[in-house]
Amino acid sequence: MSGAENVGQDGAKARAALALRVREHIIRMATEGGCFIGASLSCADVIVHLYTEVLDIAPDRLDDDSRDYFFLSKGHDVPALYGTLAELGYIDKDRLKNHLSVDDHIYWHPNRKMPAVEFHSGSLGHLLSVSMGVATDIKLRGGNNKVYVMLGDGECNEGSVWEAALVAGAHKLDNLVVVVDRNEFQANIRTEELIPLEPLQNKWQAMGWHTRRCDGHDFAALDQAFTDLPFGEGAPSVVICDTVRGKGLPSIEKRADRWFVNFTADEIAQLLEELHGQAEAQLTSEALHVR
Amino acid sequence: MTQKSYQDTLEALCAEDDRIVVMTAENRAAIRGLPPKLGPRFIDVGICEQTMIGMAAGLSLRGRVPFVHALSVFLTMRAFEFIRTDLGIAGLKALIVGGVPGFLSDGNGPTHQAIEDIALMRGIPGMHVFCPADNEELVQAIPLLTKTDQACYIRYYDGAAPVTHKSPVEVGKAETLTEGDDIAILSVGFLLKETVKAQQVLSDAGHSTRLCNMRFVSPLDAEAVRDAAKTCKLVVCVEDHFKRGGLYSAVIEQLADEGIHGNVRSIALDQKWFTPGRLPQVLDNEGFTGDKLAKRIEALFKETV
Repeated sequence: MSGAENVGQDGAKARAALALRVREHIIRMATEGGCFIGASLSCADVIVHLYTEVLDIAPDRLDDDSRDYFFLSKGHDVPALYGTLAELGYIDKDRLKNHLSVDDHIYWHPNRKMPAVEFHSGSLGHLLSVSMGVATDIKLRGGNNKVYVMLGDGECNEGSVWEAALVAGAHKLDNLVVVVDRNEFQANIRTEELIPLEPLQNKWQAMGWHTRRCDGHDFAALDQAFTDLPFGEGAPSVVICDTVRGKGLPSIEKRADRWFVNFTADEIAQLLEELHGQAEAQLTSEALHVR
Repeated sequence: MTQKSYQDTLEALCAEDDRIVVMTAENRAAIRGLPPKLGPRFIDVGICEQTMIGMAAGLSLRGRVPFVHALSVFLTMRAFEFIRTDLGIAGLKALIVGGVPGFLSDGNGPTHQAIEDIALMRGIPGMHVFCPADNEELVQAIPLLTKTDQACYIRYYDGAAPVTHKSPVEVGKAETLTEGDDIAILSVGFLLKETVKAQQVLSDAGHSTRLCNMRFVSPLDAEAVRDAAKTCKLVVCVEDHFKRGGLYSAVIEQLADEGIHGNVRSIALDQKWFTPGRLPQVLDNEGFTGDKLAKRIEALFKETV
Protein backbone atom coordinates (compact mmCIF):
# COMPACT_ATOMS: atom_id res chain seq x y z
CA MET A 1 0.00 0.00 0.00
CA SER A 2 1.64 3.24 -1.07
CA GLY A 3 1.31 6.02 1.41
CA ALA A 4 2.18 8.78 -1.06
CA GLU A 5 -1.39 9.93 -1.55
CA ASN A 6 -2.02 10.02 2.16
CA VAL A 7 1.01 11.97 3.22
CA GLY A 8 0.24 15.39 4.54
CA GLN A 9 -2.35 16.73 6.88
CA ASP A 10 -5.32 14.94 5.34
CA GLY A 11 -3.47 11.64 5.51
CA ALA A 12 -2.60 12.24 9.12
CA LYS A 13 -6.26 13.01 9.89
CA ALA A 14 -7.39 9.81 8.18
CA ARG A 15 -4.92 7.79 10.18
CA ALA A 16 -5.97 9.47 13.41
CA ALA A 17 -9.59 8.55 12.64
CA LEU A 18 -8.54 4.98 11.87
CA ALA A 19 -6.51 4.79 15.08
CA LEU A 20 -9.55 5.98 17.02
CA ARG A 21 -11.57 3.07 15.64
CA VAL A 22 -8.71 0.70 16.51
CA ARG A 23 -8.79 2.03 20.07
CA GLU A 24 -12.52 1.29 20.20
CA HIS A 25 -11.75 -2.32 19.33
CA ILE A 26 -9.05 -2.45 22.00
CA ILE A 27 -11.43 -1.10 24.64
CA ARG A 28 -14.10 -3.61 23.67
CA MET A 29 -11.59 -6.43 24.19
CA ALA A 30 -10.93 -5.28 27.77
CA THR A 31 -13.93 -7.06 29.25
CA GLU A 32 -15.21 -10.63 29.57
CA GLY A 33 -11.71 -11.78 30.48
CA GLY A 34 -9.92 -8.55 29.70
CA CYS A 35 -6.70 -7.71 27.88
CA PHE A 36 -3.46 -5.78 28.15
CA ILE A 37 -5.13 -2.48 27.39
CA GLY A 38 -2.39 0.02 28.29
CA ALA A 39 0.32 -1.43 26.06
CA SER A 40 -2.19 -1.92 23.24
CA LEU A 41 -3.20 1.74 23.36
CA SER A 42 0.42 2.90 23.38
CA CYS A 43 1.36 1.25 20.08
CA ALA A 44 -1.97 1.64 18.24
CA ASP A 45 -0.91 4.74 16.28
CA VAL A 46 2.40 3.20 15.26
CA ILE A 47 0.75 -0.01 14.06
CA VAL A 48 -1.86 1.97 12.13
CA HIS A 49 0.92 4.03 10.56
CA LEU A 50 2.91 0.94 9.57
CA TYR A 51 -0.07 -0.81 7.98
CA THR A 52 -1.31 2.25 6.10
CA GLU A 53 1.91 3.98 5.09
CA VAL A 54 4.92 1.74 5.42
CA LEU A 55 4.30 -1.97 4.91
CA ASP A 56 4.12 -3.27 1.36
CA ILE A 57 1.33 -5.71 2.11
CA ALA A 58 -2.37 -6.19 1.41
CA PRO A 59 -5.10 -8.61 2.49
CA ASP A 60 -4.84 -10.47 -0.82
CA ARG A 61 -1.05 -10.77 -0.66
CA LEU A 62 -0.56 -12.70 2.57
CA ASP A 63 1.11 -15.59 0.74
CA ASP A 64 3.20 -13.37 -1.51
CA ASP A 65 6.88 -14.02 -0.78
CA SER A 66 7.72 -10.49 -1.85
CA ARG A 67 5.45 -8.86 0.77
CA ASP A 68 6.86 -6.92 3.68
CA TYR A 69 6.70 -8.80 6.97
CA PHE A 70 5.51 -7.37 10.27
CA PHE A 71 6.28 -9.25 13.47
CA LEU A 72 4.72 -8.27 16.78
CA SER A 73 7.32 -9.38 19.30
CA LYS A 74 5.62 -7.73 22.31
CA GLY A 75 2.67 -10.03 21.78
CA HIS A 76 0.50 -8.85 24.65
CA ASP A 77 -0.56 -5.76 22.69
CA VAL A 78 -2.20 -7.90 20.03
CA PRO A 79 -5.57 -6.09 20.43
CA ALA A 80 -3.95 -3.13 18.64
CA LEU A 81 -2.89 -5.41 15.79
CA TYR A 82 -6.24 -7.19 15.53
CA GLY A 83 -8.08 -3.87 15.66
CA THR A 84 -5.94 -2.58 12.79
CA LEU A 85 -6.30 -5.78 10.78
CA ALA A 86 -10.08 -5.67 11.26
CA GLU A 87 -10.31 -2.06 10.14
CA LEU A 88 -8.17 -2.69 7.05
CA GLY A 89 -10.01 -5.78 5.87
CA TYR A 90 -7.53 -8.48 6.86
CA ILE A 91 -10.00 -10.01 9.28
CA ASP A 92 -13.74 -9.67 9.73
CA LYS A 93 -14.63 -7.07 12.36
CA ASP A 94 -17.26 -9.40 13.81
CA ARG A 95 -14.55 -11.91 14.49
CA LEU A 96 -13.16 -9.70 17.25
CA LYS A 97 -16.22 -10.65 19.28
CA ASN A 98 -14.63 -14.10 19.52
CA HIS A 99 -11.99 -12.71 21.88
CA LEU A 100 -11.13 -15.51 24.32
CA SER A 101 -13.53 -17.96 22.68
CA VAL A 102 -12.06 -21.45 22.49
CA ASP A 103 -13.66 -21.69 19.06
CA ASP A 104 -11.32 -19.09 17.57
CA HIS A 105 -7.67 -18.08 17.80
CA ILE A 106 -8.10 -14.63 19.36
CA TYR A 107 -6.62 -14.49 22.83
CA TRP A 108 -4.12 -12.48 24.87
CA HIS A 109 -1.19 -13.21 22.54
CA PRO A 110 -0.94 -13.56 18.75
CA ASN A 111 -1.62 -16.83 17.01
CA ARG A 112 -0.35 -17.21 13.47
CA LYS A 113 -3.48 -19.04 12.46
CA MET A 114 -4.99 -15.55 12.29
CA PRO A 115 -4.63 -13.87 8.89
CA ALA A 116 -1.61 -11.54 8.62
CA VAL A 117 -0.15 -12.72 11.92
CA GLU A 118 3.27 -13.79 10.71
CA PHE A 119 4.28 -15.55 13.91
CA HIS A 120 3.04 -16.30 17.38
CA SER A 121 4.55 -14.39 20.27
CA GLY A 122 4.03 -13.84 23.96
CA SER A 123 7.37 -14.98 25.25
CA LEU A 124 9.42 -11.80 25.06
CA GLY A 125 12.70 -11.59 23.20
CA HIS A 126 11.92 -14.10 20.46
CA LEU A 127 10.77 -12.36 17.32
CA LEU A 128 13.83 -10.25 16.66
CA SER A 129 15.76 -13.43 15.91
CA VAL A 130 12.82 -15.03 14.06
CA SER A 131 12.50 -11.90 11.90
CA MET A 132 16.25 -12.05 11.25
CA GLY A 133 15.80 -15.52 9.81
CA VAL A 134 13.17 -14.16 7.43
CA ALA A 135 15.35 -11.15 6.56
CA THR A 136 18.30 -13.47 5.91
CA ASP A 137 16.25 -15.63 3.57
CA ILE A 138 15.00 -12.58 1.67
CA LYS A 139 18.62 -11.52 1.16
CA LEU A 140 19.64 -15.03 0.08
CA ARG A 141 16.93 -14.91 -2.59
CA GLY A 142 17.80 -11.39 -3.67
CA GLY A 143 14.43 -9.95 -2.61
CA ASN A 144 13.78 -6.28 -1.92
CA ASN A 145 11.10 -6.68 0.71
CA LYS A 146 11.65 -5.54 4.26
CA VAL A 147 11.02 -7.07 7.64
CA TYR A 148 9.62 -4.99 10.50
CA VAL A 149 9.48 -6.14 14.09
CA MET A 150 7.92 -4.30 17.00
CA LEU A 151 9.54 -4.69 20.41
CA GLY A 152 8.37 -3.37 23.73
CA ASP A 153 10.76 -1.28 25.78
CA GLY A 154 10.34 -3.59 28.76
CA GLU A 155 11.12 -6.42 26.36
CA CYS A 156 14.54 -4.83 25.90
CA ASN A 157 15.42 -6.28 29.33
CA GLU A 158 15.71 -9.67 27.63
CA GLY A 159 19.26 -10.72 26.83
CA SER A 160 18.06 -12.43 23.68
CA VAL A 161 17.10 -9.01 22.25
CA TRP A 162 20.66 -7.75 22.57
CA GLU A 163 22.20 -11.01 21.46
CA ALA A 164 20.09 -10.84 18.31
CA ALA A 165 20.78 -7.11 17.85
CA LEU A 166 24.51 -7.81 17.93
CA VAL A 167 24.16 -10.55 15.31
CA ALA A 168 21.86 -8.46 13.05
CA GLY A 169 24.43 -5.68 13.10
CA ALA A 170 27.26 -8.09 12.35
CA HIS A 171 25.27 -9.68 9.52
CA LYS A 172 24.45 -6.23 8.08
CA LEU A 173 20.74 -6.98 7.77
CA ASP A 174 19.73 -3.69 6.19
CA ASN A 175 16.32 -5.07 5.21
CA LEU A 176 15.41 -5.32 8.89
CA VAL A 177 13.65 -2.55 10.83
CA VAL A 178 13.00 -2.67 14.56
CA VAL A 179 10.28 -0.46 16.00
CA VAL A 180 10.44 0.04 19.76
CA ASP A 181 7.21 1.00 21.50
CA ARG A 182 8.86 3.20 24.12
CA ASN A 183 5.94 3.60 26.50
CA GLU A 184 8.30 3.78 29.47
CA PHE A 185 6.73 0.90 31.35
CA GLN A 186 7.67 -2.64 32.18
CA ALA A 187 4.73 -4.74 33.27
CA ASN A 188 3.89 -2.67 36.33
CA ILE A 189 6.85 -0.40 36.93
CA ARG A 190 8.46 2.48 35.03
CA THR A 191 11.45 1.22 33.06
CA GLU A 192 13.66 4.00 34.35
CA GLU A 193 12.78 3.10 37.94
CA LEU A 194 13.54 -0.60 37.54
CA ILE A 195 16.02 -1.35 34.74
CA PRO A 196 16.83 2.00 33.09
CA LEU A 197 17.12 1.79 29.30
CA GLU A 198 18.34 5.28 28.49
CA PRO A 199 20.24 6.25 26.51
CA LEU A 200 18.35 3.72 24.40
CA GLN A 201 19.36 5.03 20.98
CA ASN A 202 23.03 4.78 21.90
CA LYS A 203 22.60 1.16 22.89
CA TRP A 204 21.28 0.25 19.44
CA GLN A 205 23.96 2.37 17.79
CA ALA A 206 26.60 0.48 19.75
CA MET A 207 25.22 -2.74 18.25
CA GLY A 208 25.79 -1.36 14.77
CA TRP A 209 22.28 -0.10 14.00
CA HIS A 210 21.09 3.12 12.34
CA THR A 211 18.66 4.80 14.70
CA ARG A 212 15.87 7.38 14.71
CA ARG A 213 13.53 8.49 17.44
CA CYS A 214 10.12 10.11 17.16
CA ASP A 215 6.80 10.82 18.84
CA GLY A 216 4.85 7.61 18.29
CA HIS A 217 1.50 9.42 18.45
CA ASP A 218 2.32 12.15 15.89
CA PHE A 219 1.62 10.93 12.37
CA ALA A 220 3.64 13.72 10.77
CA ALA A 221 6.60 12.68 12.93
CA LEU A 222 6.03 9.02 12.01
CA ASP A 223 5.95 10.02 8.32
CA GLN A 224 9.37 11.57 8.70
CA ALA A 225 10.83 8.79 10.83
CA PHE A 226 9.90 6.02 8.43
CA THR A 227 11.15 7.63 5.21
CA ASP A 228 14.24 6.50 3.33
CA LEU A 229 14.53 3.04 4.81
CA PRO A 230 17.09 1.67 5.38
CA PHE A 231 18.52 4.72 7.08
CA GLY A 232 22.01 3.81 5.95
CA GLU A 233 23.94 1.25 3.99
CA GLY A 234 24.82 -2.13 5.36
CA ALA A 235 23.14 -1.97 8.76
CA PRO A 236 19.69 -2.63 10.23
CA SER A 237 17.49 0.29 11.27
CA VAL A 238 15.63 1.00 14.48
CA VAL A 239 12.92 3.58 15.16
CA ILE A 240 12.29 4.28 18.81
CA CYS A 241 8.73 5.55 19.12
CA ASP A 242 8.03 7.53 22.28
CA THR A 243 4.53 6.65 23.39
CA VAL A 244 2.20 6.87 26.37
CA ARG A 245 0.75 3.79 27.97
CA GLY A 246 -3.01 3.97 27.82
CA LYS A 247 -2.88 6.74 25.19
CA GLY A 248 -6.28 8.18 24.36
CA LEU A 249 -7.87 7.42 27.71
CA PRO A 250 -6.76 9.70 30.55
CA SER A 251 -8.34 7.36 33.09
CA ILE A 252 -6.19 4.50 31.78
CA GLU A 253 -3.07 6.65 31.45
CA LYS A 254 -3.43 7.30 35.20
CA ARG A 255 -3.44 3.55 35.80
CA ALA A 256 -0.39 2.94 33.65
CA ASP A 257 1.14 0.80 36.37
CA ARG A 258 -1.69 -1.71 35.92
CA TRP A 259 -0.97 -3.51 32.72
CA PHE A 260 -3.80 -6.00 32.51
CA VAL A 261 -7.42 -5.10 33.06
CA ASN A 262 -10.84 -6.71 32.94
CA PHE A 263 -13.66 -4.16 33.05
CA THR A 264 -17.42 -4.44 33.42
CA ALA A 265 -19.71 -3.71 30.49
CA ASP A 266 -20.63 -0.40 32.12
CA GLU A 267 -17.00 0.61 32.47
CA ILE A 268 -16.39 -0.27 28.82
CA ALA A 269 -19.31 1.97 27.81
CA GLN A 270 -17.84 4.81 29.86
CA LEU A 271 -14.38 4.27 28.36
CA LEU A 272 -15.78 4.42 24.83
CA GLU A 273 -17.40 7.75 25.71
CA GLU A 274 -14.18 8.97 27.27
CA LEU A 275 -12.31 8.08 24.10
CA HIS A 276 -14.64 10.41 22.20
CA GLY A 277 -14.00 13.32 24.51
CA GLN A 278 -16.61 12.77 27.18
CA ALA A 279 -15.98 12.67 30.90
CA GLU A 280 -13.42 10.32 32.34
CA ALA A 281 -14.71 6.88 33.15
CA GLN A 282 -15.26 5.98 36.79
CA LEU A 283 -13.34 2.75 37.06
CA THR A 284 -13.82 0.55 40.07
CA SER A 285 -12.76 -2.86 38.76
CA GLU A 286 -9.48 -3.89 40.30
CA ALA A 287 -6.73 -4.21 37.74
CA LEU A 288 -4.83 -7.43 37.90
CA HIS A 289 -1.22 -7.34 38.91
CA VAL A 290 0.43 -10.04 36.87
CA ARG A 291 3.74 -9.85 38.65
CA MET B 1 34.19 -49.25 1.93
CA THR B 2 35.14 -45.73 2.94
CA GLN B 3 32.29 -43.97 4.64
CA LYS B 4 31.51 -40.43 3.60
CA SER B 5 31.91 -37.90 6.36
CA TYR B 6 29.00 -35.95 7.82
CA GLN B 7 30.39 -32.81 6.24
CA ASP B 8 30.65 -34.35 2.77
CA THR B 9 27.15 -35.75 3.10
CA LEU B 10 25.77 -32.38 4.08
CA GLU B 11 27.62 -30.66 1.24
CA ALA B 12 26.22 -33.11 -1.30
CA LEU B 13 22.74 -32.69 0.15
CA CYS B 14 23.02 -28.90 -0.08
CA ALA B 15 23.97 -29.26 -3.76
CA GLU B 16 20.82 -31.19 -4.55
CA ASP B 17 18.38 -29.44 -2.20
CA ASP B 18 18.53 -25.65 -2.22
CA ARG B 19 16.22 -25.43 0.81
CA ILE B 20 19.05 -26.46 3.10
CA VAL B 21 21.02 -23.87 5.03
CA VAL B 22 23.78 -24.73 7.50
CA MET B 23 23.95 -22.73 10.71
CA THR B 24 26.26 -22.76 13.68
CA ALA B 25 26.69 -20.93 16.95
CA GLU B 26 30.42 -20.83 16.31
CA ASN B 27 30.84 -24.55 16.64
CA ARG B 28 32.34 -25.67 13.37
CA ALA B 29 33.99 -28.92 14.43
CA ALA B 30 31.85 -31.08 12.16
CA ILE B 31 31.46 -28.57 9.33
CA ARG B 32 34.76 -26.76 9.09
CA GLY B 33 35.07 -27.19 5.36
CA LEU B 34 31.61 -25.95 4.46
CA PRO B 35 31.89 -22.13 4.54
CA PRO B 36 33.73 -21.80 1.20
CA LYS B 37 31.45 -24.42 -0.36
CA LEU B 38 28.15 -22.93 0.77
CA GLY B 39 28.82 -19.20 0.72
CA PRO B 40 25.87 -17.29 2.23
CA ARG B 41 24.03 -20.56 2.92
CA PHE B 42 26.52 -21.09 5.73
CA ILE B 43 25.37 -18.87 8.60
CA ASP B 44 27.51 -18.44 11.72
CA VAL B 45 25.79 -16.36 14.41
CA GLY B 46 28.61 -16.49 16.91
CA ILE B 47 28.02 -17.84 20.38
CA CYS B 48 24.29 -17.08 20.35
CA GLU B 49 22.31 -20.32 20.52
CA GLN B 50 18.97 -18.61 21.13
CA THR B 51 19.40 -16.29 18.18
CA MET B 52 20.40 -19.21 16.00
CA ILE B 53 17.21 -21.12 16.80
CA GLY B 54 15.03 -18.03 16.34
CA MET B 55 16.67 -17.38 12.98
CA ALA B 56 16.27 -21.03 12.04
CA ALA B 57 12.53 -20.67 12.72
CA GLY B 58 12.39 -17.59 10.49
CA LEU B 59 14.32 -19.37 7.74
CA SER B 60 12.05 -22.38 8.09
CA LEU B 61 9.04 -20.08 7.84
CA ARG B 62 10.35 -19.11 4.40
CA GLY B 63 10.70 -22.75 3.34
CA ARG B 64 14.32 -23.42 4.24
CA VAL B 65 15.53 -26.53 6.04
CA PRO B 66 18.12 -25.32 8.54
CA PHE B 67 20.74 -27.63 10.02
CA VAL B 68 21.81 -25.96 13.26
CA HIS B 69 25.01 -26.88 15.08
CA ALA B 70 26.26 -26.24 18.60
CA LEU B 71 27.29 -28.32 21.59
CA SER B 72 24.29 -30.38 22.72
CA VAL B 73 24.19 -28.91 26.17
CA PHE B 74 23.97 -25.28 25.04
CA LEU B 75 21.77 -26.02 22.06
CA THR B 76 19.13 -27.98 23.93
CA MET B 77 19.29 -26.14 27.23
CA ARG B 78 20.35 -22.52 26.68
CA ALA B 79 18.06 -22.38 23.66
CA PHE B 80 15.43 -24.76 24.98
CA GLU B 81 12.60 -22.26 25.14
CA PHE B 82 13.38 -21.10 21.60
CA ILE B 83 13.28 -24.67 20.33
CA ARG B 84 10.05 -25.33 22.20
CA THR B 85 8.36 -22.03 21.38
CA ASP B 86 9.64 -21.03 17.92
CA LEU B 87 10.06 -24.45 16.32
CA GLY B 88 7.82 -26.61 18.50
CA ILE B 89 4.65 -24.51 18.74
CA ALA B 90 4.91 -23.51 15.09
CA GLY B 91 5.65 -27.08 13.99
CA LEU B 92 8.58 -25.75 11.97
CA LYS B 93 11.28 -28.02 10.74
CA ALA B 94 14.95 -27.78 11.59
CA LEU B 95 17.63 -30.39 12.12
CA ILE B 96 19.11 -29.71 15.54
CA VAL B 97 22.58 -31.20 15.61
CA GLY B 98 24.09 -31.40 19.08
CA GLY B 99 27.82 -32.00 19.48
CA VAL B 100 29.50 -34.03 22.24
CA PRO B 101 26.32 -35.29 23.92
CA GLY B 102 26.41 -37.55 26.96
CA PHE B 103 29.75 -39.12 27.83
CA LEU B 104 31.29 -37.61 24.69
CA SER B 105 31.89 -34.36 26.55
CA ASP B 106 34.55 -36.41 28.38
CA GLY B 107 36.89 -33.96 30.14
CA ASN B 108 34.71 -30.85 29.99
CA GLY B 109 32.93 -31.31 33.28
CA PRO B 110 29.27 -31.04 34.29
CA THR B 111 28.67 -27.66 32.59
CA HIS B 112 29.11 -29.44 29.26
CA GLN B 113 27.32 -32.69 30.06
CA ALA B 114 24.19 -33.05 27.96
CA ILE B 115 22.60 -35.87 29.89
CA GLU B 116 19.08 -34.48 30.08
CA ASP B 117 18.95 -33.48 26.41
CA ILE B 118 16.87 -36.47 25.31
CA ALA B 119 14.32 -35.77 28.05
CA LEU B 120 13.98 -32.15 26.97
CA MET B 121 13.80 -32.80 23.26
CA ARG B 122 11.40 -35.73 23.37
CA GLY B 123 9.12 -33.63 25.58
CA ILE B 124 8.40 -31.31 22.65
CA PRO B 125 5.37 -32.44 20.63
CA GLY B 126 6.40 -33.68 17.19
CA MET B 127 10.13 -33.57 17.85
CA HIS B 128 12.11 -36.60 16.75
CA VAL B 129 15.20 -37.69 18.64
CA PHE B 130 17.85 -39.59 16.71
CA CYS B 131 20.86 -41.13 18.45
CA PRO B 132 23.19 -42.55 15.80
CA ALA B 133 25.53 -45.28 16.99
CA ASP B 134 28.20 -44.36 14.44
CA ASN B 135 29.07 -42.40 11.33
CA GLU B 136 27.39 -44.93 9.08
CA GLU B 137 24.03 -44.38 10.71
CA LEU B 138 24.55 -40.63 10.93
CA VAL B 139 25.23 -40.09 7.24
CA GLN B 140 22.59 -42.58 6.20
CA ALA B 141 19.94 -40.79 8.23
CA ILE B 142 20.66 -37.21 7.17
CA PRO B 143 18.90 -37.39 3.78
CA LEU B 144 15.95 -39.24 5.35
CA LEU B 145 15.57 -36.69 8.11
CA THR B 146 15.70 -33.86 5.59
CA LYS B 147 12.66 -35.30 3.86
CA THR B 148 10.41 -35.73 6.91
CA ASP B 149 8.06 -32.97 8.06
CA GLN B 150 9.28 -33.07 11.65
CA ALA B 151 12.08 -31.29 13.41
CA CYS B 152 14.70 -33.69 14.70
CA TYR B 153 17.31 -33.51 17.41
CA ILE B 154 20.41 -35.43 16.42
CA ARG B 155 22.77 -36.59 19.13
CA TYR B 156 25.83 -36.23 16.93
CA TYR B 157 28.38 -39.07 16.79
CA ASP B 158 30.61 -39.85 13.85
CA GLY B 159 32.80 -42.67 15.16
CA ALA B 160 33.51 -45.89 13.28
CA ALA B 161 30.79 -48.53 13.17
CA PRO B 162 31.34 -51.21 15.85
CA VAL B 163 29.20 -53.74 13.97
CA THR B 164 28.09 -54.69 10.52
CA HIS B 165 24.63 -53.23 10.45
CA LYS B 166 21.77 -55.52 9.61
CA SER B 167 19.19 -52.97 8.56
CA PRO B 168 19.22 -49.48 7.10
CA VAL B 169 18.15 -46.54 9.25
CA GLU B 170 14.42 -45.89 9.24
CA VAL B 171 12.70 -43.20 11.26
CA GLY B 172 11.31 -44.71 14.47
CA LYS B 173 12.80 -48.15 13.88
CA ALA B 174 15.29 -49.96 16.05
CA GLU B 175 17.78 -52.46 14.71
CA THR B 176 17.92 -55.89 16.31
CA LEU B 177 21.51 -57.00 16.07
CA THR B 178 21.23 -60.28 17.95
CA GLU B 179 18.18 -62.29 18.93
CA GLY B 180 17.71 -63.67 22.44
CA ASP B 181 15.06 -64.38 25.05
CA ASP B 182 16.77 -64.20 28.43
CA ILE B 183 18.02 -60.64 28.31
CA ALA B 184 17.36 -57.70 25.99
CA ILE B 185 19.77 -54.77 25.92
CA LEU B 186 18.24 -51.59 24.52
CA SER B 187 21.21 -49.44 23.54
CA VAL B 188 21.34 -45.70 22.82
CA GLY B 189 23.81 -44.03 20.49
CA PHE B 190 27.57 -44.52 20.60
CA LEU B 191 27.31 -46.85 23.61
CA LEU B 192 26.57 -49.53 21.04
CA LYS B 193 30.27 -50.23 20.82
CA GLU B 194 30.20 -51.14 24.51
CA THR B 195 26.85 -52.94 24.51
CA VAL B 196 28.05 -55.12 21.62
CA LYS B 197 30.86 -56.33 23.87
CA ALA B 198 28.50 -56.78 26.80
CA GLN B 199 26.16 -58.83 24.63
CA GLN B 200 29.06 -61.09 23.66
CA VAL B 201 30.16 -61.62 27.27
CA LEU B 202 26.61 -62.40 28.42
CA SER B 203 26.07 -64.70 25.49
CA ASP B 204 29.33 -66.52 26.21
CA ALA B 205 28.14 -66.93 29.80
CA GLY B 206 25.10 -68.79 28.52
CA HIS B 207 22.47 -66.02 28.53
CA SER B 208 20.47 -65.78 25.37
CA THR B 209 20.91 -62.02 24.85
CA ARG B 210 19.14 -59.76 22.43
CA LEU B 211 20.78 -56.50 21.42
CA CYS B 212 18.60 -53.68 20.09
CA ASN B 213 20.26 -50.60 18.70
CA MET B 214 17.41 -48.17 19.35
CA ARG B 215 18.53 -45.38 16.96
CA PHE B 216 15.46 -43.22 17.78
CA VAL B 217 14.12 -42.45 21.24
CA SER B 218 11.33 -40.49 19.57
CA PRO B 219 9.44 -41.86 17.80
CA LEU B 220 10.16 -44.95 19.85
CA ASP B 221 10.05 -48.33 18.16
CA ALA B 222 7.08 -49.59 20.20
CA GLU B 223 7.11 -52.95 18.54
CA ALA B 224 10.73 -53.64 19.42
CA VAL B 225 10.10 -52.54 23.01
CA ARG B 226 6.89 -54.56 23.33
CA ASP B 227 8.49 -57.67 21.95
CA ALA B 228 11.54 -57.38 24.20
CA ALA B 229 9.37 -56.90 27.30
CA LYS B 230 7.08 -59.81 26.42
CA THR B 231 9.78 -62.22 25.35
CA CYS B 232 12.79 -61.54 27.56
CA LYS B 233 13.11 -62.15 31.29
CA LEU B 234 15.05 -58.91 31.68
CA VAL B 235 15.13 -55.75 29.59
CA VAL B 236 17.97 -53.29 30.29
CA CYS B 237 18.02 -49.76 28.89
CA VAL B 238 21.60 -48.53 28.55
CA GLU B 239 22.06 -44.80 28.03
CA ASP B 240 24.51 -42.01 28.82
CA HIS B 241 21.66 -39.86 30.11
CA PHE B 242 19.91 -39.19 33.38
CA LYS B 243 17.74 -42.11 34.36
CA ARG B 244 14.74 -39.79 34.37
CA GLY B 245 13.39 -38.71 31.02
CA GLY B 246 15.51 -40.64 28.56
CA LEU B 247 15.14 -44.03 26.88
CA TYR B 248 14.22 -45.86 30.09
CA SER B 249 11.38 -43.42 30.74
CA ALA B 250 10.21 -43.66 27.14
CA VAL B 251 10.22 -47.46 27.32
CA ILE B 252 8.32 -47.76 30.58
CA GLU B 253 5.79 -45.12 29.45
CA GLN B 254 5.19 -47.13 26.30
CA LEU B 255 4.78 -50.39 28.19
CA ALA B 256 2.54 -48.83 30.84
CA ASP B 257 0.36 -47.34 28.10
CA GLU B 258 -0.08 -50.79 26.66
CA GLY B 259 -0.62 -52.46 30.05
CA ILE B 260 2.45 -54.65 29.61
CA HIS B 261 4.34 -55.61 32.76
CA GLY B 262 7.92 -56.37 31.83
CA ASN B 263 11.05 -56.62 33.94
CA VAL B 264 12.61 -53.39 32.71
CA ARG B 265 15.71 -51.94 34.35
CA SER B 266 17.94 -48.96 33.76
CA ILE B 267 21.66 -48.47 33.44
CA ALA B 268 22.02 -44.71 33.26
CA LEU B 269 23.17 -41.77 35.35
CA ASP B 270 20.91 -41.81 38.37
CA GLN B 271 20.65 -38.35 39.92
CA LYS B 272 24.28 -37.50 39.23
CA TRP B 273 26.61 -35.89 36.76
CA PHE B 274 29.54 -38.02 35.75
CA THR B 275 33.12 -37.50 36.81
CA PRO B 276 34.99 -35.86 33.92
CA GLY B 277 38.04 -37.45 32.35
CA ARG B 278 39.19 -38.96 29.08
CA LEU B 279 36.41 -40.98 27.47
CA PRO B 280 37.80 -44.52 28.09
CA GLN B 281 38.38 -43.67 31.75
CA VAL B 282 34.94 -42.09 32.04
CA LEU B 283 33.32 -45.23 30.65
CA ASP B 284 35.32 -47.37 33.05
CA ASN B 285 34.73 -45.15 36.05
CA GLU B 286 30.97 -44.94 35.45
CA GLY B 287 30.67 -48.67 34.72
CA PHE B 288 29.82 -48.39 31.03
CA THR B 289 32.62 -50.42 29.41
CA GLY B 290 31.50 -53.63 27.73
CA ASP B 291 32.86 -55.78 30.56
CA LYS B 292 31.39 -53.66 33.32
CA LEU B 293 28.02 -53.43 31.58
CA ALA B 294 28.01 -57.23 31.29
CA LYS B 295 28.70 -57.54 35.04
CA ARG B 296 25.98 -55.04 35.92
CA ILE B 297 23.46 -56.73 33.66
CA GLU B 298 24.41 -60.15 35.01
CA ALA B 299 23.84 -58.81 38.54
CA LEU B 300 20.43 -57.40 37.54
CA PHE B 301 19.56 -60.77 36.07
CA LYS B 302 20.47 -62.57 39.29
CA GLU B 303 18.59 -60.03 41.38
CA THR B 304 15.39 -59.86 39.40
CA VAL B 305 14.92 -63.08 37.43
